[in-house]
Amino acid sequence: MSTRLASGGRLVNKNKAVSFTFNGKNLRGFEGDTLASALLANDQMLIGRSFKYHRPRGVVASGAEEPNGLVNLGEGAKFEPNQRVTTTELYEGLTAKSQNHWPSLEFDVGAINTHLSRFLPAGFYYKMFIHPRPLWKHVYEPIIRHSAGLGKAPKDRDEDTYEHYHASFDVVVVGGGIAGLAAALSAGQSGARVMLVEQTNDWGGRANVDTPTVDGKPAAEWINATLQVLENMENVTLRLRTQGSGVYDHGYVLAYERLTDHAPETEGPRHRLWRIRTKQIVTATGAIERPLSFAGNDIPGVLLAAAVRDYAVNFGVSIGDRTVVVTNNDDAYRTGITLKKAGLEVPAIIDARTNPQGELIDEARALGIRIEVGRGIAKVKGGKRVTSVEMCNQAGEGAVVEEIACDCVAMSGGWSPVVHLWSHCGGKLNWDDAQAMFRPDPERPPLGADGEGFVKTAGVANGHLFTAEVIADGFAAGRAVAKAAGHSAKIGQAPAGHDAHEGAISPVWLMPQGASHALRSKAWLDYQNDVKVSDVQLAAQEGYESVEHAKRYTTIGMATDQGKLSNINGLATLAKSLNADIPNVGTTTFRPPYTPISLSSIAGAAKGDLFQPIRKTPMSDWHTENGADYEPVGQWRRPYAYVRDGETVHDAVNREVVNTREKLGLLDASTLGKLVVKGPDAGKFLNMMYTNMMATLPIGKCRYGLMCSENGFLSDDGVVARIDEDTWLCHTTTGGAERIHAWMEDWLQCEWWDWKVYVANVTEQLAQVAVVGPNARKLLEKLGGMDVSKETLPFMQWADGKLGGFDARVYRISFSGELSYEIAVPASQGRAFWDALLAAGEEFGVMPYGTEALHIMRAEKGFIMIGDETDGTIIPQDLNLQWALSKKKEDYLGKRAQERSHMTDPNRWKLVGLETTDGSVIPDGAYAIAEGDNANGQRNTQGRVTSTYYSPTLKKGIAMGLVHNGPDRMGEVIEFYKVDGTTVAATIVDQVFYDKEGAKNNV
Amino acid sequence: MLTLHCPNCGVDADETDLHAEGEAHLKRYGPGSSDDEFHDYLFQRQNPKGVHFERWKHVFGCGKYFHAARCTATLEVFGTYSAQTLEPTQAIKDAISAKRPGWSWGDIS
Amino acid sequence: MSNAVSTLQGKVAAGEVTVREGGLRGMITLRGDLASSKLKSVCKSLTGFAIPDMGKAASKGDKGIAWMSPDELLVLVPQGETASALEKIAKAMKGQHYLAENVSDARTHIIVEGSFAREVIAKLAPVDLHPTALRPGDFRRSRLGQVAAAFWMTDADTFRVICFRSVGDYAFKLLSVSAAKGGEVGYF
Repeated sequence: MSTRLASGGRLVNKNKAVSFTFNGKNLRGFEGDTLASALLANDQMLIGRSFKYHRPRGVVASGAEEPNGLVNLGEGAKFEPNQRVTTTELYEGLTAKSQNHWPSLEFDVGAINTHLSRFLPAGFYYKMFIHPRPLWKHVYEPIIRHSAGLGKAPKDRDEDTYEHYHASFDVVVVGGGIAGLAAALSAGQSGARVMLVEQTNDWGGRANVDTPTVDGKPAAEWINATLQVLENMENVTLRLRTQGSGVYDHGYVLAYERLTDHAPETEGPRHRLWRIRTKQIVTATGAIERPLSFAGNDIPGVLLAAAVRDYAVNFGVSIGDRTVVVTNNDDAYRTGITLKKAGLEVPAIIDARTNPQGELIDEARALGIRIEVGRGIAKVKGGKRVTSVEMCNQAGEGAVVEEIACDCVAMSGGWSPVVHLWSHCGGKLNWDDAQAMFRPDPERPPLGADGEGFVKTAGVANGHLFTAEVIADGFAAGRAVAKAAGHSAKIGQAPAGHDAHEGAISPVWLMPQGASHALRSKAWLDYQNDVKVSDVQLAAQEGYESVEHAKRYTTIGMATDQGKLSNINGLATLAKSLNADIPNVGTTTFRPPYTPISLSSIAGAAKGDLFQPIRKTPMSDWHTENGADYEPVGQWRRPYAYVRDGETVHDAVNREVVNTREKLGLLDASTLGKLVVKGPDAGKFLNMMYTNMMATLPIGKCRYGLMCSENGFLSDDGVVARIDEDTWLCHTTTGGAERIHAWMEDWLQCEWWDWKVYVANVTEQLAQVAVVGPNARKLLEKLGGMDVSKETLPFMQWADGKLGGFDARVYRISFSGELSYEIAVPASQGRAFWDALLAAGEEFGVMPYGTEALHIMRAEKGFIMIGDETDGTIIPQDLNLQWALSKKKEDYLGKRAQERSHMTDPNRWKLVGLETTDGSVIPDGAYAIAEGDNANGQRNTQGRVTSTYYSPTLKKGIAMGLVHNGPDRMGEVIEFYKVDGTTVAATIVDQVFYDKEGAKNNV
Repeated sequence: MLTLHCPNCGVDADETDLHAEGEAHLKRYGPGSSDDEFHDYLFQRQNPKGVHFERWKHVFGCGKYFHAARCTATLEVFGTYSAQTLEPTQAIKDAISAKRPGWSWGDIS
Repeated sequence: MSNAVSTLQGKVAAGEVTVREGGLRGMITLRGDLASSKLKSVCKSLTGFAIPDMGKAASKGDKGIAWMSPDELLVLVPQGETASALEKIAKAMKGQHYLAENVSDARTHIIVEGSFAREVIAKLAPVDLHPTALRPGDFRRSRLGQVAAAFWMTDADTFRVICFRSVGDYAFKLLSVSAAKGGEVGYF
C-alpha cells in the first residue's frame, strides 16, 4: 500500500494537518502536500479511468507532465474539471471527485471497452463512422455523447476574478531549477531587467531531491544563498507558481501565475496572465522522464522512477512497500537507493543494459540491492494495483525468468529535455544518439525582430544531464542573453557543480525487444488516450508514415498532457515500424501553452459586464429606466423600442410609429457619426469621398451623400452640412463613425498627403436628438430661442443658436418623411436637453421611439438603410440612386469601379417596393423564385428581400427588395419562398409607400 | 505578436495597438485607366514569402499610418518608415540588402 | 452651465488605489503645423506651457497640453473657458490651416491614484510601465482593455486617464476591478 513514511517530506509540515475529501471520503494530508501526495498518503492509488478503455488509472508522475491524475475539483462556482492532482496544492476543505467512470470509480461499466480493445484499434472511429448514416443517429451519437469527454462541464458561473499583466524585461528565465537560478544570477549581475518564473512552489527543481553539490556544499545551501542574492537585486523579479506557458514572435511570452489556487479564500485574482515583452529568453525547463514500454505499464502502482523518489523525499510518501525499479540508465538507481535508505524493500533493480557501470550502481549494490542486468519486464500483473512483475530477458520475446512480487514499479526510459518553449516559435532540435534525446540545436534558434536568435536554452533542457554542466550552462546562458540585451557588467565565475558519475544510457523503445503482439497490445504509450505500442505499429502498417498523421490516427499525444510522456516513445516506435531513424521521423509540433491554462485567465477581466465595451450615450440611463429593449449596433446599445407595461415589443414599435406620424416622436440619434472636415482642400477632398458634389454645398445647407469603396460598392451614407468657408460636418451611420474617420485619414495620410485637410471625429462631443412629427415645430417653438419656421429654417438647412437655453445646432432633415429636426447639443447637456424635450413635449403627445420605428418609417418612405439594402456588393445604381452620382466630377472613390463591365450589366437586380397580395409580411431575406433550376438542381431566383416590415401606418406588410429588371416590372406579381418552403405572392410597386408627394415634410 | 516601431510617435508598439493595412506602395488608378490597370490596382497583390512592404496604422496610439519592411517568413523587421513616400527609403533598401542580398519586390529592388 | 454633467458624475471607487472620475474639463483638439510660431504662442498663452516634445505632456491644475501626434495637440483649459479659448485660437490662427474642436464632452477623465496605480494601468495597457520607462511628464496613447485611452502621470502614484465618453463607464469599471483589494502585483 502507499502510505506516509515516518521520515522524509521536505515540503510538508507534519505539524499542520489539512482535511479534504475525495469522492466524498474525508481524508487528511499535510500542509505542503499536493493532492497527489495526500491521496497516496491515504493509500488512494486509483484516481481515475482512462479515456477510451476506462482502464484504472493512478498517478504516474509527480509534476505537470501527469496524464492520469485528473479530477473534478471544487464545487459550484469554483468547480473545475480535469485538474491535475500532481500540480494541485492541498488546502483545507478541498473537494475532489474522480472522473470518467460510471457508475463508480471502483466499478466502471465502460471498462468493458478494455475487453473489446481488440475491436477498438487505432483509427477505429475513422473506420467505423464512414458506415451508413442511420447508425450515426441511433448508435454512434448517443453512445459517444454518453462516453465522450473527460470530467464534467461546470454548471455555475465562475465566481473568481482573473487578470492580465503587461510587463517588459530584458531577460525572462523560465524554470527555477539550478540552471534557471544560475541564469537569473548571471543575467541579474550583468545589470539586465530579469524575470525568473517557476511553475511549482519550490525553487531548485530536481536538485532538491537528487542532492548534488554546488561549490562543494549541498545544492540546497547554494539554492538558498542564490535566492537571497536574487531577492536583493532590484532588477530581478522572482515568481513561484508561475509557468512560462508560451513563447511567441518578437519576444512575446505568456506566463501563467496561479495566485490563489492553493488558498481559494484569499482575496484578489485567482490567475494572472503575464503578457511579457522581453528581449531575450532562457528556457531552463528541465527534462521529463520517459516511461518504458512493457505490458501492463499502465497499472496503478507503475510510476516514473523519479516520481517515486519525489514522493518519498518531498512528501514523505511511499508508493509501495516493495518497489521494483526497471531502467535503461543510471539515474533510476537513485530511486532504489532512496527507498532502500528509507527502510523500504527494493526486491530488484531490473536493468535492460548488459553491463552498466557507474557510481550509483556501485552504491546500490553496496546497499544490498539485487541488480539484474540485461533484463526487462515481460508483464506487470495486477488489476487496480500492481501485484508482481514477470521478469524476462530484454533481448528475448518475453519468456518469464522469474515472477517478483511487488506493489510498485519505478520505471525509467531516460530523460527528454523539455524543449517546448524553445520550439514554440521555431527553435529546431537535434537528435542526440548517445543520450537518446532530442535537444535544442543552438545554431537554429527562434529568430526575433532583428533576425537574431532570442531564445537560449540552459541546463537539462539543453541536454546537459549532470550538475557541473547544468549550472555552468545556466550561468553562461544568463550572461549571454544579458549581453544580447545590451547588458554586460562584469560578473563573477560560474558555480561548480558535482554529482555522481553515471554510465551511458541504452535506448529501450520496447521491453522486451521482441515482445509478442499480445504484450505489445498491453504496452501503453499514451495513458490518458489509451494508445499502445500495437496501435502505433498498426498506424504505420496502414500507411500513416508522417508523425503528424500517425498522431491524429492513433490520438497519441492528443490528450490533456499533450504527449509529455508519450511523444518520444511513440515516435521511436513509429520510426522502428518504418525502419527509419528517429530524427528522420521527427517530432510533432510543440504548441503553446505548455500545460492547459484556464480559459478565464485568457479572458482576464473581460467577463460579465466587462466582456466587451458597451458604448453609452448621455441618455442611456433614461432609456434603461424607461423600458428600452436594446439592440446592438456595433458596440452601442440603441433602444429598439421602449416597451410599456402590458405591451409586446411589437406593440411598442407600432405605437411609436403611429404616435410619431400623428403627433411627436423623439429619437436618441447621438450615435450617428459626426466628422468635422476642415481646410483649404476640404471641398476637393469631400468631392472625392462622396459620389455627389460637396464642394459646392452652400454654407448653412445640408446635402445627403453617398460614399463608395474603391470597388464601387456603397459603404456609407449620411447628411453633410457646410459649416463655413473651409469646414464641413459629415454625418455617418452609427456603425460608420470610426470606419469612415479611418477611411478619410487613410486617403489623407497615404494618398493625398499634400492636401490641406484636417479631420476630427466629434461624434461623442455631441448628443443629438431627432424631434419628429407634426408637432415638432411646436415643441421647439415652446422651448424658444431660435426661429425654426419654414421660412427661416427650410428643409435641408441648419442653424446654430440657443434653444431653451441649450447650446444647439439644429438641422432640418428628415429620415421619416415627417416634419423633423435633428438637434445637437454638447454631450454633457444631452440628458438635460432630453428631459427638457420630454417635459415641454408632453402637451404635444411626445413619445420617444426606438430604432425599429425608425426603420419602419424610413421604409415607408422608401429610404435605403446601409446594411439592409447594402451588403458590400451593392452599387448606388442598384438602388436607383443615380441622382446622387455626380456626372460633373472627373473622379470620386468608386467611380472607376462602377464603369467595370459587371457593374454596368443591365441584368443586375434593382431596388423596388414589394407588397404582398395578402397583406402579410414577407420573411426577411426571402428569395424571389424564377422558372427552372440551376446546374445544382436548385430553383432559379430573380430577386431577394432587403427590408420587410409590418407598417402600422398602412396596416399591411411592406418590403423593399432587389429584383431582376424590377423597375421595369411595376405591377407584376412574383413569388417569394418562405422559411417553411411555401411561397408568398407580392406585387412589384414603387418603393415609396407613404406620402409620395412629401406633403408632410413640406410645412 | 509583432512589435513595430512607429516612426510617427516613437513608440515601439505592441501588435494589439496596431492595425495591419495591407500592401504598401499601391499606385491608384482612377477614371481613364484601362481595365487591366484597374483590376491590378484593386486585386493584384505581391503576397511574397520573404521581403515585403506593408502599411500599418498605429490605431490605438497616434492614429498615424506608417510603412514597415519585413520578412513574411521569419517576421524579421528591416525597418519602418514614413507613409508619405512612394517607395521605400534608401536606408530601408540598404538594410534589406544587408540581410537578404539580391531581394526584389515588384519593381523595387 | 448647470445642465452640464460629466459622464459618470464624479463616481469614486475608493481603495488602496482609488479610481475616480475627474469631472468636466475643458479639452480642445488642436491640429496644425506644430512648428508654426502662431500655434506655439497661442498654446503658450492658453496653457502657460510650450508645445511638448513627442510623447510628452505638461500640465498643472486645469491647464495643460499634450502631444497627440505629429500634427495634433490636446489643449487642456479650465472648464467653462473652452469657448473663449477656441475664439483665441481662431483669432491667432486666422489665415492658417488648422483645426480646433471642442472635445471636452467627448471624453471621460479618470484619475487613478495610490500605491500600485502603475500596476493597475499595466493590467490593461500593452505598455512598459516600469518606472524607468514611463515617468511623470510622459504621455502615452494606447488602449485600456478593449478601448482607446491616453494616460499620463502627474506624480509617482497618480495617473490621469482619458478615454471616449461612450466607454467611460466601461473604462471606470475596468480600472476599479483592476484596483480591487488583493490586486497588487508587487512588481513595481
